[in-house]
Amino acid sequence: MPAVSKGDGMRGLAVFISDIRNCKSKEAEIKRINKELANIRSKFKGDKALDGYSKKKYVCKLLFIFLLGHDIDFGHMEAVNLLSSNRYTEKQIGYLFISVLVNSNSELIRLINNAIKNDLASRNPTFMGLALHCIANVGSREMAEAFAGEIPKILVAGDTMDSVKQSAALCLLRLYRASPDLVPMGDWTSRVVHLLNDQHLGVVTAATSLITTLAQKNPEEFKTSVSLAVSRLSRIVTSASTDLQDYTYYFVPAPWLSVKLLRLLQCYPPPDPAVRGRLTECLETILNKAQEPPKSKKVQHSNAKNAVLFEAISLIIHHDSEPNLLVRACNQLGQFLQHRETNLRYLALESMCTLASSEFSHEAVKTHIDTVINALKTERDVSVRQRAVDLLYAMCDRSNAQQIVAEMLSYLETADYSIREEIVLKVAILAEKYAVDYTWYVDTILNLIRIAGDYVSEEVWYRVIQIVINRDDVQGYAAKTVFEALQAPACHENLVKVGGYILGEFGNLIAGDPRSSPLIQFNLLHSKFHLCSVPTRALLLSTYIKFVNLFPEVKATIQDVLRGDSQLRNADVELQQRAVEYLRLSTVASTDILATVLEEMPPFPERESSILAKLKKKKGPSTVTDLEEAKRERSVDVNGGPEPAPASTSAVSTPSPSADLLGLGAAPPAPTGPPSSAGGLLVDVFSDSASAIAPLAPGSEDNFARFVCKNNGVLFENQLLQIGLKSEFRQNLGRMFIFYGNKTSTQFLNFTPTLICADDLQANLNLQTKPVDPTVDGGAQVQQVVNIECVSDFTEAPVLNIQFRYGGTFQNVSVKLPITLNKFFQPTEMVSQDFFQRWKQLSNPQQEVQNIFKAKHPMDTEITKAKIIGFGSALLEEVDPNPANFVGAGIIHTKTTQIGCLLRLEPNLQAQMYRLTLRTSKDTVSQRLCDLLSEQF
Amino acid sequence: MFRNFKIIYRRYAGLYFCICVDVSDNNLAYLEAIHNFVEVLNEYFHNVCELDLVFNFYKVYTVVDEMFLAGEIRETSQTKVLKQLLMLQSLE
Repeated sequence: MPAVSKGDGMRGLAVFISDIRNCKSKEAEIKRINKELANIRSKFKGDKALDGYSKKKYVCKLLFIFLLGHDIDFGHMEAVNLLSSNRYTEKQIGYLFISVLVNSNSELIRLINNAIKNDLASRNPTFMGLALHCIANVGSREMAEAFAGEIPKILVAGDTMDSVKQSAALCLLRLYRASPDLVPMGDWTSRVVHLLNDQHLGVVTAATSLITTLAQKNPEEFKTSVSLAVSRLSRIVTSASTDLQDYTYYFVPAPWLSVKLLRLLQCYPPPDPAVRGRLTECLETILNKAQEPPKSKKVQHSNAKNAVLFEAISLIIHHDSEPNLLVRACNQLGQFLQHRETNLRYLALESMCTLASSEFSHEAVKTHIDTVINALKTERDVSVRQRAVDLLYAMCDRSNAQQIVAEMLSYLETADYSIREEIVLKVAILAEKYAVDYTWYVDTILNLIRIAGDYVSEEVWYRVIQIVINRDDVQGYAAKTVFEALQAPACHENLVKVGGYILGEFGNLIAGDPRSSPLIQFNLLHSKFHLCSVPTRALLLSTYIKFVNLFPEVKATIQDVLRGDSQLRNADVELQQRAVEYLRLSTVASTDILATVLEEMPPFPERESSILAKLKKKKGPSTVTDLEEAKRERSVDVNGGPEPAPASTSAVSTPSPSADLLGLGAAPPAPTGPPSSAGGLLVDVFSDSASAIAPLAPGSEDNFARFVCKNNGVLFENQLLQIGLKSEFRQNLGRMFIFYGNKTSTQFLNFTPTLICADDLQANLNLQTKPVDPTVDGGAQVQQVVNIECVSDFTEAPVLNIQFRYGGTFQNVSVKLPITLNKFFQPTEMVSQDFFQRWKQLSNPQQEVQNIFKAKHPMDTEITKAKIIGFGSALLEEVDPNPANFVGAGIIHTKTTQIGCLLRLEPNLQAQMYRLTLRTSKDTVSQRLCDLLSEQF
Repeated sequence: MFRNFKIIYRRYAGLYFCICVDVSDNNLAYLEAIHNFVEVLNEYFHNVCELDLVFNFYKVYTVVDEMFLAGEIRETSQTKVLKQLLMLQSLE
């Protein structure tokens, strides 16, 4: 007997849905919907009061229409009415409508919250459940304000039903994620931890999610959850498959709960020895079970079992402290590499990548090299092959570099176009990093250009030139090799570039051989000249003038070429200029001068490979594993020393390599200077209408700074007038309530507040407001609402000018309105690894702004934390290896773009100084945020 | 992969069930969570088909809320979920 029959209860709805499904065309559907909307409108407007059933039916139809993708702009009130019904089905539809079509009308919100409040207090578990689900699905700030205090009480009350507890736990989680500031920590936290012991596994499942999220932010407060989670996990993994009854899924005991518990444990370092022994037993049991024959042939069984296994392996990798477990995990994954399930092979390769970066398991991972290479050659699924490439890259070291690079090169010939560039970058990095013999390096890169020239980015060939120039033992070999490679009738333009550059520098090293005499070298290069693009030709012209210096015997030939119409009168200004200048240089300069001007390139300063940076940028967070970096990060972690973290790489100040290599690429964009000071802005503002507007009120700057990290408070006050602010921001939008209070007993007349934006601010910040009543009675307060839209990032703040008449005198006040860029922050949570990955991605010199400054306030950790949170970014705990430092992350939302921002504040208590570093993808944003935040400490 | 998330999906006849989770979340666990959900639907609607889901879309929401809430797995026991759903059904 089916539990439900089709559309039971609401015949009208079923008919309507059938009608829609029978519509032959989009037009017919729209027509039918419009007819229905008109019908519903008239019913709702009609004089006759609708009964609950009809209301439910029509609201449900509206919902269906909305789900089909049409806008619904009415019916909210009827839905809200349904909330107060005593019938479950009516209430349910009401809540569903509210949850799906969230409305920000404040009057409605008040009614909705009221209904929720009644249901929460009803002691009827079904109604409580509906109310909690609605809060959890909407999760708005208004709801958090109303219920964040109430829900913890429901959660820990002794008489709450289990199913309500489950909903309450996740409801609280949602509110905490959306508005952490509104969820008060308190006595309830310790009782929540004890829910891990609850008899009802559903309650434990829900509570574990809540605790995990809370523990990420407040690890100290939830420390006791570790031992409880371990003992709970231990009970699950050692239970017989029937013990847990309905929580056993295809013979696997409570797989989802196990995964969640293992995840909770990943918020903490390895526990104390006593608990640790027990945990190790659990992990061993899980690994042992993977070896047992499956209890069922069904894929559900193996998936559930392996879900737990992979999570256990994640925890083992996260702890990275038990060599025995790490090696066992690696062997287990090794078995999966040849499993017939594609999903498993994929996941095994992915997990092994992280294992490869642990010093304990690196060697064990290496033993699987042949299987992985085989996967590269035989896997059907491109995403699996890509993971195989990642793993080969991660397991590469000096001992196997030649083999891995050779395999990657041969794979490159048939690789999917989508991943070729990435493989090229990886090969280039490995070849450089593990080259013992640099002739091998040169061969590898030339092969790379030959096989996949189109995918060889500039960074790669710049780099090979840097290396050849810096290592004189390889220069002769390089010259000989490029010369031979250029013999091919068709060669890639990148090879011509490398060949041209190297022969221009070191062609003399092979000129002794009659087969590569200066003239032959020149003719060879020049035979490619006409097939090349302008930048390559420009490079070749430079090579020619270098030849003039190296080989006086070809000077006349080269001068002839330069003199040719195709050079001297070339339409391209760069080529023409080079031809003219080089021709002149070769004619007028003496040999000595020529030799000085065209001297061999000096060695390049050693720096981090720009290729590595490019790969990181390409691959995004957490996919590029670099053994040495991982080790370095760990060692810093272990020592916890004062070393300012691995994040500050040497690449920071490296200018773009194009500038110093060739002198023809654009110079790196100069970092923008500091923005004009606030004073400058005001001059601008006032120059427009100088006579009318008062200069900024004294103390305005200080007040302004106070609002950077908070939204409400008093902005200005004198004997007559008080200005208060209340504002809220979401994404790129905001609303500010300005309250003007008349402190006197006399009326203000002609009261006119005006918002003034400088020209460049106007383009980036949209402010809309209505004029206020020009008379403000004595003792009265008027309110003005400003709607704010951030179009693009901005630096200056708008100015609020207020003019009014008080007792016959004209009053004129100006204050800066604290609408600052950081208001449009959305906090972003991330773990340490992700943070540093992203941090490194933003290593362009323009992206970073740093400020070192003296503390203006007492250096209090809690206050600093509160300020960073108030600033709008997430405060990331346990990310920075040095616990005294603060790091934060967030996204600035503007209408046009979103800008990821990372920040790091390093206090130095002894010196009473701070160092603040901002990295964002946009230089002006970094600068502005740094300026704003520096004022706060 | 989708923006900063990943999508885990499973196909049942002509229907795709998709779930969007964090990149670091456990793939297999969510893959099976989809299946667990589908088994509940199947039991609740008795041999569920696409039409059941269309005509009873508002009940599907109830099933989702019982099993997933606030983006987390709420209840995994099919017995418990079905018991609760039948109880709610009896309130109609």
